[in-house]
Amino acid sequence: MGDRTSERERSVRLPSVAALAFLLFNYPLLAVFDVRVLAGGVPLLWAYLFGVWAAVIALVAWLSRS
Amino acid sequence: MDTWVIVVASLAYLGLLFAIAWYGDRRADQKRSIISNGWVYALSLGVYATSWTYYGSVGRAATSGIGFLPIYLGPTIMVAAWWLLLRKIIRICRRNRITSLADFISSRYGKSSLLGGLVTVVSVVGVIPYIALQLKAVSNTFSILRGRSELAVVTTDPPVLADTALYVALLLAAFTILFGTRHLDATERHEGMVAAVAFESVVKLVAFLVVGAYVTYGLFNGFGDLFGRASADPDLRQLVTFGETQSYASWLWLVVLSMLAILLLPRQWQVAVVENVDERHIRTAGWLFPLYLLLINIFVLPITIAGLLTFPADGVSPDAYVLALPIAQGQAALALLVFIGGLSAATGMVIVETIALSTMVSNSLVLPVLLRRGGALAGRGDLGGMILGIRRVTIVVVLLLGYGYFRVAGEALTLVSIGLISFAAVAQFAPALIGGLYWRGATRRGAVWGLVGGFVVWAYTLPLPSLAATGLVSQSFIEDGPFGSGLLAPYALFGLDGLDEVSHSMLWSMLVNVGLFVGLSLTDRREPAEHVQAALFVDVFTRPDDSAESRLWRGKAPVGELERLLSRFLGPDGAEEELRAYAERTGTDLSPQGHVSADLVQHVENVLAGAVGSASARFMVASVVEEEPLTVGEVVQILDETSQVLAESRALARKSQELETATTELREANTRLLELDRLKDDFVSTVSHELRTPLTSIRAFSEILVDNPDLDGAERAEYLRIIVEETARLSRLINQVLDLSKLESGGADWQIEPVVLPDVVDTSSHASAQLFRDRKVTMEVSVPELAPVVMADRDRLVQVLLNLLSNAVKFCPPEAGRVWVVVSEHEEEVQVDVRDNGLGISVEDQAVIFEKFRQGGDTRTNRPAGTGLGLPISRAIVERLGGRLWVESAPGAGATFSFTLPLAAARPSSSTGRRAL
Repeated sequence: MGDRTSERERSVRLPSVAALAFLLFNYPLLAVFDVRVLAGGVPLLWAYLFGVWAAVIALVAWLSRS
Repeated sequence: MDTWVIVVASLAYLGLLFAIAWYGDRRADQKRSIISNGWVYALSLGVYATSWTYYGSVGRAATSGIGFLPIYLGPTIMVAAWWLLLRKIIRICRRNRITSLADFISSRYGKSSLLGGLVTVVSVVGVIPYIALQLKAVSNTFSILRGRSELAVVTTDPPVLADTALYVALLLAAFTILFGTRHLDATERHEGMVAAVAFESVVKLVAFLVVGAYVTYGLFNGFGDLFGRASADPDLRQLVTFGETQSYASWLWLVVLSMLAILLLPRQWQVAVVENVDERHIRTAGWLFPLYLLLINIFVLPITIAGLLTFPADGVSPDAYVLALPIAQGQAALALLVFIGGLSAATGMVIVETIALSTMVSNSLVLPVLLRRGGALAGRGDLGGMILGIRRVTIVVVLLLGYGYFRVAGEALTLVSIGLISFAAVAQFAPALIGGLYWRGATRRGAVWGLVGGFVVWAYTLPLPSLAATGLVSQSFIEDGPFGSGLLAPYALFGLDGLDEVSHSMLWSMLVNVGLFVGLSLTDRREPAEHVQAALFVDVFTRPDDSAESRLWRGKAPVGELERLLSRFLGPDGAEEELRAYAERTGTDLSPQGHVSADLVQHVENVLAGAVGSASARFMVASVVEEEPLTVGEVVQILDETSQVLAESRALARKSQELETATTELREANTRLLELDRLKDDFVSTVSHELRTPLTSIRAFSEILVDNPDLDGAERAEYLRIIVEETARLSRLINQVLDLSKLESGGADWQIEPVVLPDVVDTSSHASAQLFRDRKVTMEVSVPELAPVVMADRDRLVQVLLNLLSNAVKFCPPEAGRVWVVVSEHEEEVQVDVRDNGLGISVEDQAVIFEKFRQGGDTRTNRPAGTGLGLPISRAIVERLGGRLWVESAPGAGATFSFTLPLAAARPSSSTGRRAL
């Protein structure tokens, strides 16, 4: 039964992560990081996109654990 | 590099792929699947990364910098939500044996063969540019690797028969046919193919990471170096920011487009839905697949910058940088690895895509026409071979169409812009598919016209003008539209410009598509079959298996007819096996002459749907089953019933809860009655026993007196005394039994009046004083100063106290025994404790001493004097007076019997005043 509950929770939490990722990956947040600055040798926008991407993946992995 | 080396390496690679596929199929036949694993599932989704990703991303990045990325961010977003969306789709497909996207949409809207055919046509037309893209990538990189094009783009078309792309197309067709159409499987699953595709995903990722690391760290000094040079270079500076070459609107559209494509591309549907073994694998794919995309994209921008820095402007097509960089450094082995990686990206896509398309074309386009009653194949015997034939032809035709598009338009366009045309085409399925999953009111007409409208707008605004570059369409048509007014210009419809062409096409096609879909659905009345299917799809998680569906077939058919029908598609052995398995599972008898149940008809239709698609399956079954058509009314009634299922089941649950409660109460009452009956029997037998003991001794001693008239005086007096004593005991017993029965039946006379409690204690202690003196037990009485008054029957109260005092004395040790009587007043009641320092009462005995005729201790060996009715009577009296009587004790530590009575003042009667007196 424990698995049942977490399935229901997953059905809410994972789509919420998707919605969050959609916001983070689009305008206007994108414009905030669209600056010609190198952060640690890489462009800020590039670092932001890959950083958020990795964070979203980690979050989904954490929510998907059995 | 020598051509034969490349060809041998490529063929060796394809041979390895085929070996993996063969092994995967063999393991599947042995029911030891090698793909039943979340990792393999996620890797097989990697078929999303094609030549577009492998070569095209760098090409795209060369002009728009970070603009190549939204195509991979969209899937990341979507896959996170798959736990909700894809799980529902997979559940529906399993239950209805749906094996393609066309079948899914057709089935949702009343198993409409028109809609299925339409989806198929849109898929084929939409995906052809995408296949052309793969052919273009393979043939271009092949000629670059051979050194024929000197790192530059092929500019002149070779004759068709000398064109590498044609042979690539034919080779891939042969390979796909071997992979995907070896036999007909009712589930359309290809485990071997999935294993091979997962392997290809690993190959292309490794190859790309190797070349990326080589370029970034071998040719340059890492990310910092490359990005540093790019920001220093005025021409490359725009690559590291969003730049002026793109807008946030087109970024948004690309994210949305790729979110839809990850599910709606025929090959993605095939691996994500059809080839899914276990719904739980979606959970692994949710993070592993985006991680795969992240890894394969991490070196895209560094390679782009390296390419732009290395090659002079317009020398090498940026689409070829991935391969050209190692070649330019003379790294032949690395270049070959890159080529093989690119080959794996292209072959994976082509194989899965054409297999998915061939299923659609055969099941949703060709068979519905051929199998219609009176159609060309309506009476043919074995159709399995026929279906495989159709699929093989489809695979060849689709690849040749792809080659044709490549010849006509391929050279003029970049890889990504070709791919986006396909993305925009399959996005047209989104309203009908997603709307149909969650909106019960979506209708067939809405889906058909939405799809047609969206498709027409797409064709007019994307692929048609893309032909302008080839000269097939004039340039003035692009600029001014068909009538020169400019209103219908395909890249700026109704004067809407300022958007890039993909965003522009998506905006208009989605407007038309969604508008027609929603508008028509809202104004339509649904047909019966649509009602049924809508409910089956939308409520898949809440509806029990197959319940409503099987009720919708009311027909008659001999079992033999159905078996003949099945054997046309599955072969005689397959058909017999299928029916035997069904009979075993459901425990029904299926003799060939018997008539079938609606459930079996449904089952056969589902099995056939796996082989020929749901629309054709319905035709076929209808051709042998004499179906009695259901009226709209009946269908609506059934569906109303089923839609009320939840409400009703809730009501039912409540009723059954009530019933259960009632049953429990009844059972308790019954148990209580049985217990009372047993108690009555016990009571009667105990009373008889208790009566017989004194009677026996009275009789015995009387007989001695009668038989021995010459007994001496002392002896005679002793016997008479015993007789008198026993008679007294007898009458006491009878009195108590009568008393108790009066108390229990409520028939006793009660003289309720205000009673001063200490008076009662006083009376009782005086009455029992002799008893105490006899056993040399001392008694201490303690009463509060303000004497409490209770409403009670005085004599009854004395009876209770006497009983408790005599009990206390009985169990006290002689000489050292002490008994305390304490009266204490609490808020609304008064409590009387009678405590002794006697033997005490064990916990088990405490529970029974208030039952009739039960006395503490082992009654057989150590029988205390008494009738065993004193405490039950006392308790009945106290409770009748509104109080409680209980005992507290520990063995060896004496016992305290206590009872409470409500204070007279607490009673709503005139006794309030008396208390003051």
